[in-house]
Amino acid sequence: MMNAIPSSWYLILSALLFTLGVVGFLIKRSLITVFMSIELMLNAVNLSFVTFAHEWHQVKGQIFVFFVMMVAAAEAAVGLAIIIAIFRARATLNVDQIDLMKL
Amino acid sequence: MNIHLYLWLIPILPFVGFLLNGILGRHLPKALVSTIALAAPLAAFLVVIRAVLTAWPGNSSVALPYVENFAGSWINAGLLHVDFSFALDQLSMVMLLIITGVGFLIHIYSVGYMGHEDGYWRYFSYLNLFLFFMTILVLAENYLLMFVGWEGVGLASYLLIGFYFDRKSAADAGKKAFVVNRIGDFGFLLGMFLLLFQFGSLSFGSIGANLAAHPGVEGGIFTAICLCLLVGATGKSAQIPLYIWLPDAMEGPTPVSALIHAATMVTAGVYMIARTHSIFDRSPFALATVAIIGAATAFFAATIALVQTDIKRVLAYSTISQLGYMFLGCGVAAYSAAVFHLMTHAFFKALLFLAAGSVIHGLGGEQDMRKMGGLRKQLPVTFWTMTAGVIAIAGIFPFAGFFSKDAILYEAFQHGTLGKTLYFVGLVTALLTSFYMFRMWYMTFFGEAKPDAAQSGHDQDAHAVHAHESPWVMLAPLAILAILSLVGGWIGIEKFGEFLSPVVGPVIDPALEAGGKNLDLVLSIVAVVTALIGWYVAHLLYRRKSDKPAQFAAAVPGVYRMLAKKYAVDEIYGYTVVKPLVLGSQYILGWIGEGVIIRGSAWLLAGVTGLVGELLRRWQSGNLRSYAAWLAAGAAVLLLLAASYAMGASGTGIHLNWVGR
Repeated sequence: MMNAIPSSWYLILSALLFTLGVVGFLIKRSLITVFMSIELMLNAVNLSFVTFAHEWHQVKGQIFVFFVMMVAAAEAAVGLAIIIAIFRARATLNVDQIDLMKL
Repeated sequence: MNIHLYLWLIPILPFVGFLLNGILGRHLPKALVSTIALAAPLAAFLVVIRAVLTAWPGNSSVALPYVENFAGSWINAGLLHVDFSFALDQLSMVMLLIITGVGFLIHIYSVGYMGHEDGYWRYFSYLNLFLFFMTILVLAENYLLMFVGWEGVGLASYLLIGFYFDRKSAADAGKKAFVVNRIGDFGFLLGMFLLLFQFGSLSFGSIGANLAAHPGVEGGIFTAICLCLLVGATGKSAQIPLYIWLPDAMEGPTPVSALIHAATMVTAGVYMIARTHSIFDRSPFALATVAIIGAATAFFAATIALVQTDIKRVLAYSTISQLGYMFLGCGVAAYSAAVFHLMTHAFFKALLFLAAGSVIHGLGGEQDMRKMGGLRKQLPVTFWTMTAGVIAIAGIFPFAGFFSKDAILYEAFQHGTLGKTLYFVGLVTALLTSFYMFRMWYMTFFGEAKPDAAQSGHDQDAHAVHAHESPWVMLAPLAILAILSLVGGWIGIEKFGEFLSPVVGPVIDPALEAGGKNLDLVLSIVAVVTALIGWYVAHLLYRRKSDKPAQFAAAVPGVYRMLAKKYAVDEIYGYTVVKPLVLGSQYILGWIGEGVIIRGSAWLLAGVTGLVGELLRRWQSGNLRSYAAWLAAGAAVLLLLAASYAMGASGTGIHLNWVGR
């Protein structure tokens, strides 16, 4: 295991995934895709948690991952429900058109 | 020593009347309003009588001054310590008896006089409020509590002068009284600050003790204190230079003029000087100022009263003049003589005002004496009672005014060269007083009746056509006051002075002076003869309707015009004080103060806020992705900052030392 893939690779992958999530969040117009980008960012963070936990032999990181997964599941349930409600109300999922909260 | 005098009840009872009538009076029947309004001063009067009887100097069960602290400490800040405490001594006994006694009589009279007025309940609640503050004023044991009463009677006076507030002249007169009094109050306040600076206390008792402990200290700060307090007294007691509000105060209902602007409130200044006499005694200069102001005011106001044609204005100027006598008495250190005159004046001047009110009431609101005449037959009771008042104020033996005026003049005569000079001023004033009072008397009650008088009154409804005598509820107080005006002085200054001497110091007793008895007799005869001369001149000029007064006026047109215009003092004050103040307020305060500073800063504040808001609102696009972009940018900036900080701290860059393991 010591000579397996170095930890930094995992971290670089995590950073790439996170950046992908951010970029997706910023440039995609579909609410579903934005939602998936959030999941992507969460899982990128999970990856770095696991990496650090492994690197420093700390179990806290692992536990945190479970927390994040749980929150993500809850968020998926609530978020998808909101998306369905928005779609029913406005017949669109284009985020640029969902701007009712501006001044 | 467990005797309790219940002094706190004396102000509280009228205050309860004020609250009941003021809050509920609008919905109560008139009879109930009158009952409440009359019960309050009557009850207070009874409490006063009980307290006086209990604490009478002979019955030594209560030591005077009796101090009652009814609500503990009021102000306790560092060295300043002021209590809510009332004190009863000989001086406040006299004042309380006058205030609640005469006050009660005037309340009774008002029931008749104000019978047909709107705002009946409002009138009585104000009247009770006045009694509340006036009793606080005379009961207070320290200057600050006295000042509360002092300000409060000013408020009540303002409310009652402006009682007919729908008439502009009445509202203006109320404002004038309030503002002029405020100038005086400013002096009073300064005096209090100086007292605090000098004595570290505002209590009469501790200041008196402090003064007694340092005999022989004179002038200096005492003069300053006295002059400041004197400014306050001239404001409240309508002396030169602040007397101008009192004639205008006649816009109020006549019983108010009797109670507040003749018998009680305006004497507060005299009371205050008598109360503070131990400080005044330390400053001969301040005393001389008081005497000169008093004599000058007495003379000056009497000359104006000579040519007035409004019956209430004659009485107003005579009040100012009589207050001048009291100041003269204070100024020659004859405080008990001044208080004696205060008492008799309260009787006969309240009587004169109430009688004048009865005449005005009988004529349906007419106040111009030129339109009166021959009312002797129509208003017999009013005529006879007013006669008593006129003789009393003229100072003819054996009516009350003779004794008190004589006492003041005698004391003045005994007071050195200045005193002798002022004595002659006082004597001339007595002549003028007698003349203008009998002039009023003749113009109102003698001569032929003028049938057009009532018709040209301000309202021409049926009851105004015939002059009619007032109801008994108005005549009974007149009769009582007439009796008091007759007998009120019989106690004599010697006994009265002896009674007051523990508070205001002894008075010079003619019987003990070398040749004093004869001098007193001579001066009394001179005073009475002077008064009779005044009467005789008035008789010659006004007994029959003639053109003699007009000829007389035409002979000295300049003098007459000057008197009729009241020396143009109002105009002079208008140009020298009021106008510059108004212009200053308009331009300096209005333009620079309000226009530039206040409005400018408000605009600046609003403008900057608006501009910033306009810029910031662009961020709130409602676009989810722009929020996310800002969030990401913010996180990036934070990360960058943290990274650069860490780099700066370690100096060698971040060591990811686990990389590659």
